[in-house]
Amino acid sequence: MYKTKIRGPLILGGKTLRNISEDVIAPIYQKAPLWWWIMLGLSLLMSAFGLWAMYVTISTGIGTWGVNNSVGWGWAIINFVWWIGIGHAGTAFSIFLLVLRQKWRTSINRAAEAMTVFAVGAAALFPALHMGRIWLAFYIIPYPNTRGPLWVNFNSPLFWDFAAISAYLLISVSFWYFGMLPDFATIRDRATSKIKKSVYGILAFGWKGSIRDWKNYESLAFILGGIAAVLVVSVHSIVATDFAVSVIPGWHTTIFPPYFVVGAIFSGFAMVLTLMILIRKLYNFENYVTDSHLNAIAKILIFISLIMGTGYATEVFIAWYSGNEFEMFTFFHNRITGEYTFMFWAMVVCNALVPQLFWSKKIRSNLTALFIISIIINIGMWYERFNIVVTSLANDYLPANWVNYEPTLVEVGIYVGTLGIFILGILLFMKFVPMMAISELKGILKFNKEQKH
Amino acid sequence: MSKKYWQSLEQYHEEPDIDQHKSESKQKNDLMELMGDEALQKKSSRRNFLKFCGFTVSSAAIASSCENPVKKAIPFLNRPAEMTPGEADFYASTFFDGNEFCSILVKNRDGRPIKIEGNDLSPFTKGGTTANVQSSILSLYDSGGRYKQPMKEDKRSSWKQVDPEIKDKLEAIKEKDGEIVLLTSSIISPTAKQSIADFRKYYPSAKHVTYDAVSQTGMLRANKRSFNKQVIPSYHFDQADVIVSFGADFLGTWISPAEFTLQYSKNRKLNAGKDTMSQHIQFEAGMSLTGSNADRRIPIKPSEEGIQLANLYNIIARKMGETSFNVPSARINMKNVAAKLMNNRGRSLVVSGSNDVNIQVLVNAINQLLGNYGKTIDLSRPVYIKQGIDSEMRDLVNRMNQGKVEALIMHNVNPAYDYPDAGEFSKGLNKVDLTIHMGHAKNETSKKATYVCPDNHYLESWGDALPKEGFYSLQQPLIRKLYTTRQWQESLLKWAGKSINYLDYLKKHWETNIYPNKAGLESFSSWWNKTLQKGVLDTGKDNGQPDYTTRGLRQAANSIKKSNNKGFELVFYESVALRDGKQANNPWLQELPDPIAKISWDNFAAIPVQWGEEKGLKNGDIIKVDGIELPVFLQPGQAKGTIAVAYGYGRSETGKVADGVGKNVFAHIPFQSGIRYNTKPGVEVSVTGKHMELALSQTHHSMEGRDIVRETTLDEYKKDHAAGNHAHEEFVKHHKESLYKKQEFPGHHWGLIVDLNSCIGCSNCMVACQAENNVPVVGKEQVKNRRIMHWIRVDRYFSGDTEDTGTHHQPVMCQHCDNAPCENVCPVAATMHSDEGLNQMAYNRCIGTKYCINNCPYKVRRFNWYRYVTNNEFDYNMNDEVGLMALNPDVTVRERGVVEKCTFCVQRIQEKKLQAKKEGRPLKDGDVQPACVQSCPAKALTFGDLNDPDSEVSKLVKDKRNYGLLEQLHTLPSVNYLTKVRNKPEELEEV
Repeated sequence: MYKTKIRGPLILGGKTLRNISEDVIAPIYQKAPLWWWIMLGLSLLMSAFGLWAMYVTISTGIGTWGVNNSVGWGWAIINFVWWIGIGHAGTAFSIFLLVLRQKWRTSINRAAEAMTVFAVGAAALFPALHMGRIWLAFYIIPYPNTRGPLWVNFNSPLFWDFAAISAYLLISVSFWYFGMLPDFATIRDRATSKIKKSVYGILAFGWKGSIRDWKNYESLAFILGGIAAVLVVSVHSIVATDFAVSVIPGWHTTIFPPYFVVGAIFSGFAMVLTLMILIRKLYNFENYVTDSHLNAIAKILIFISLIMGTGYATEVFIAWYSGNEFEMFTFFHNRITGEYTFMFWAMVVCNALVPQLFWSKKIRSNLTALFIISIIINIGMWYERFNIVVTSLANDYLPANWVNYEPTLVEVGIYVGTLGIFILGILLFMKFVPMMAISELKGILKFNKEQKH
Repeated sequence: MSKKYWQSLEQYHEEPDIDQHKSESKQKNDLMELMGDEALQKKSSRRNFLKFCGFTVSSAAIASSCENPVKKAIPFLNRPAEMTPGEADFYASTFFDGNEFCSILVKNRDGRPIKIEGNDLSPFTKGGTTANVQSSILSLYDSGGRYKQPMKEDKRSSWKQVDPEIKDKLEAIKEKDGEIVLLTSSIISPTAKQSIADFRKYYPSAKHVTYDAVSQTGMLRANKRSFNKQVIPSYHFDQADVIVSFGADFLGTWISPAEFTLQYSKNRKLNAGKDTMSQHIQFEAGMSLTGSNADRRIPIKPSEEGIQLANLYNIIARKMGETSFNVPSARINMKNVAAKLMNNRGRSLVVSGSNDVNIQVLVNAINQLLGNYGKTIDLSRPVYIKQGIDSEMRDLVNRMNQGKVEALIMHNVNPAYDYPDAGEFSKGLNKVDLTIHMGHAKNETSKKATYVCPDNHYLESWGDALPKEGFYSLQQPLIRKLYTTRQWQESLLKWAGKSINYLDYLKKHWETNIYPNKAGLESFSSWWNKTLQKGVLDTGKDNGQPDYTTRGLRQAANSIKKSNNKGFELVFYESVALRDGKQANNPWLQELPDPIAKISWDNFAAIPVQWGEEKGLKNGDIIKVDGIELPVFLQPGQAKGTIAVAYGYGRSETGKVADGVGKNVFAHIPFQSGIRYNTKPGVEVSVTGKHMELALSQTHHSMEGRDIVRETTLDEYKKDHAAGNHAHEEFVKHHKESLYKKQEFPGHHWGLIVDLNSCIGCSNCMVACQAENNVPVVGKEQVKNRRIMHWIRVDRYFSGDTEDTGTHHQPVMCQHCDNAPCENVCPVAATMHSDEGLNQMAYNRCIGTKYCINNCPYKVRRFNWYRYVTNNEFDYNMNDEVGLMALNPDVTVRERGVVEKCTFCVQRIQEKKLQAKKEGRPLKDGDVQPACVQSCPAKALTFGDLNDPDSEVSKLVKDKRNYGLLEQLHTLPSVNYLTKVRNKPEELEEV
């Protein structure tokens, strides 16, 4: 049971049930602030840049990227893994914290889930775009067909990937959407304009708030949550097998699945932190996303950061312990020292060392520091993926094949484009969807009072 | 009464209206059926309207979008007797471009030549070719670079117009006894020489001048002095146990590389228990292909070459009691070299690539002392590949400038580009009344000629060749002339008043001059047909060994002086790909990486690493050498104080591929005492601070201590045949058990063995593969982006220090792993293993995830980053209709976005399997030869069935030298390598 005495109240400001509804729905009724419009313009510009880059890629070919005969995957896969990682947080939040009965998740999980949906959507663009013949992408779908029938290669991690990501995306979207039904109904009921009423009416899916509705709602959440819990672990494990199944030094590692899942949760939580600080600040949600919320996330980040550090150390240790000259080269002469030193140490510092600052309560409760460090973690996680994808391929077995890889404007464009799409998604989420789960917030209001035993 | 058959109960009961109903329904068209009875009865409904709409729209969509353009393949109405559509015919022919000779077989598919193979009946090349020979097929289809009709003053004309005009002018010159000069490259065709003689008979004032862009004047004149014969001898590198070469790149570019490569590798093979091989010591400035293969390579400056040779001569002469001369002392002590040579008298060979008569006289003297004449050097069968004497060309230019030459008829020469004083030549050309160029392709000189009377491409021509005494090779056309061209000999004869078919002329010449010597009772026409079929004829005729005289030796020795030149010594060399630049407009050659520097699409200044580092130069930084701005390549092994630059680049008037690529350095070569030198001392060098990115196909040059190219020395090898290859034993010991079932190969199991001891890294295989498998050319930008498409590449590693540099070549193609990492990662199963051990690629299925590329430890897979066919961005051979004719119809042209790689030439395997099946016999070992294997001049590659215990590959696999590349990964490659063995001589100390 949640102990308010120990953990402090979850919602501050002496809010009543009515207050909660009003506060959370307020942004939907207010006029969008100036910064929202500016950000919207910016995100549209970024998306346009991305769309141009995608057009060039599809119409001209992957040749417009910087990848080559040795480094077949570049920014596309780095960013794919990065986004998938970020896309981990929402479901992880909802599921794991639910399982762990962490009541404080209620004010955060909605935004985190939204983030998941947009991030996974952004991520899913990359595997499609990096295909040489995207128009034949449907070959990867296993279905009885007139081509033989030709089946997919069930041994291939890329097929697992396809299955895992599409399942994850589907479940995440469902989980997020069905979780919003009562809230949509609340907006519908409070709507003043006709359009709002009908749009939210449709979105609310005929929610009446009856006991039966709640019962179905609860059981659906339970089922989807159960599936999602598995997927959270599987999706990034499977992304990890894209690398682990290969024979390339630095990829061929059994530690990858757990290491990837933890890394994903790490980057996801960092992104949640970034986002929640912004939401809290921009919409004055200090009473809901309290300092203690951020404090809790920061504590989790310390813990995960320690796992990350252990992961890095283990990788390096095993490379040495295996005595395999190629592994040794990749880690010691390529990453730790050598051509990609910067990338390696940037990864270690950003992911394993900087989050250790959260041991200090002062830093943990300093919003600016939290915000900056959360960004640093996400940069660090990007470097981690760069390290994995590029450094192993650029200098692998035969030195005759060693190359340098540099992204082109088109590759950067696609990345910027996905950032644009992500921001756009978040902005629309902020404007049109209740950012917190109203019904659940109401459910934890009771913990604000001193409990008697 | 017969049985009653019925289809339905209605029929059974013979209901009357059933037939009527049937015919009714027949009348209904598909659309009506779609609507159903109910709908038909009703007048019209919204439902029907929608149905109609849907049908119309979808059929319109299908009709308009799904239709592919109809390309017509028109079958033969009457099939030519000798041709089966879809089956290739091979015709023997001859390649000679004025620089290099090779007897070839040309593969002809449906009336067009598509591939050149070496003629295995040629005793000198045994089926080997070089990159130049392989790529010459493309110049046939070079629609942009070739002349399509006669030209007059750079305007289109016709034979009808130009022939009478030329004839009249020549007659007029003949009247006044004016000088007519026929300027050609070396001509080795006896019949062509006959046609020249006929021409000169008609025009008595006509002269014939032979001009070679890169000549052997030095050797020709030296042999004139020493033997009173102005010839090049035949060499027998296979007979030599000790080879000492001074700057002669005999494996790459010198005289007859394909022939020498075969000889050289023959005496270096260590199969079947043989444990002796030749020892090769190379003294040179720039790292040549030959130098890279030497057992010991000593970098020296070109100015030291004479001194080293003279000292070598002195040591040997003193030992043998001959006169020695007073010469400057050498930097490198030649005592050991001399002793080695002396111990192998008659089984040694000293050669020099210098064009200096004195040096060649010294070389002659050394070889004479060593008793090599008649053994490793054969003057009785001289080689005619290079006949040009530089001074004759200089005299011609002088006479032209003096206005003495009235008519200049040129064939296969390009002095406006490759004559050292090209400006002087062009000036002279303007003073000649009648200038005719008879080249088949555009060049700088033909642009300046009044008339261009284009020659056929050699694959459209009849001809013959006498590359060396007693050895004939015939040339026959493989395709009807693509353009309105005419064989140059025919033109000459026409202007000499003989309108004759050149084939008749050729046959007549053979009947009178060659046939009687050989044929016995056989009729000429049957003998001719047989000889033509074989393509080669070795009469064995020799001219006898001439006597040696020491004439000129003292003079030669006295001419050897220590050079006091300041500055750099510049070395000019022919690159393996472009040679003297005649085939520069050939995209395959432009893209072929230099075997040593691995640079394509440019010539560059190869500089010593130490100097480069002192100056802070990086690859691609531009320096000014003798006034030319060139990007540098820090070349390990480059002699101190020297810079090497390749000829053949910087063309300006030859076509879209070559124009503007690299710099022309011909203008910088010194012309002294009637000889063009390939070195220039005292050259000013300055750093410009500019930079350009070189198109390097390999940027890392060290093996990083990995046992990629396994190498040992002959001494070690004699003690233990597994020397240098113990890792393989270790591997075999540790990889016995596997959790997985080993794949079975019930029929064939193809394998390929690369003998690293034979491979010289000449890169012929790369072009052979490119020609066979329709491998696209990607251009300089994409090579820089490391996206070169070659299915087989030759990796080159350096070892040792930056002066005493070891070079290691290793051809790498798809290893066809039986445990292939690429196969299990493809999500759509586009790449899979065949039951014959081939790693196959289904292009149709590939969606281009590139995972296989990443997961290939050998990185042999290639991706189609762009559309390389009929794309103006890639304006090479595959961007015009004529160029596309060179494509091999048996191999798919790959689409953008798919992965491709070596297939072991699966089309050849299938072809031979079918052939054997039709003939009802099992496939023989050696029947199937992939393109790389077939044309390898060194016979370094062996292909065959690993399941057949008697096949050559099965035997080689058991060799102690055999290993798999990266075998520790347990990929079980079907391509295996044999360790390289170097016959390391003891150190040569500096004095």
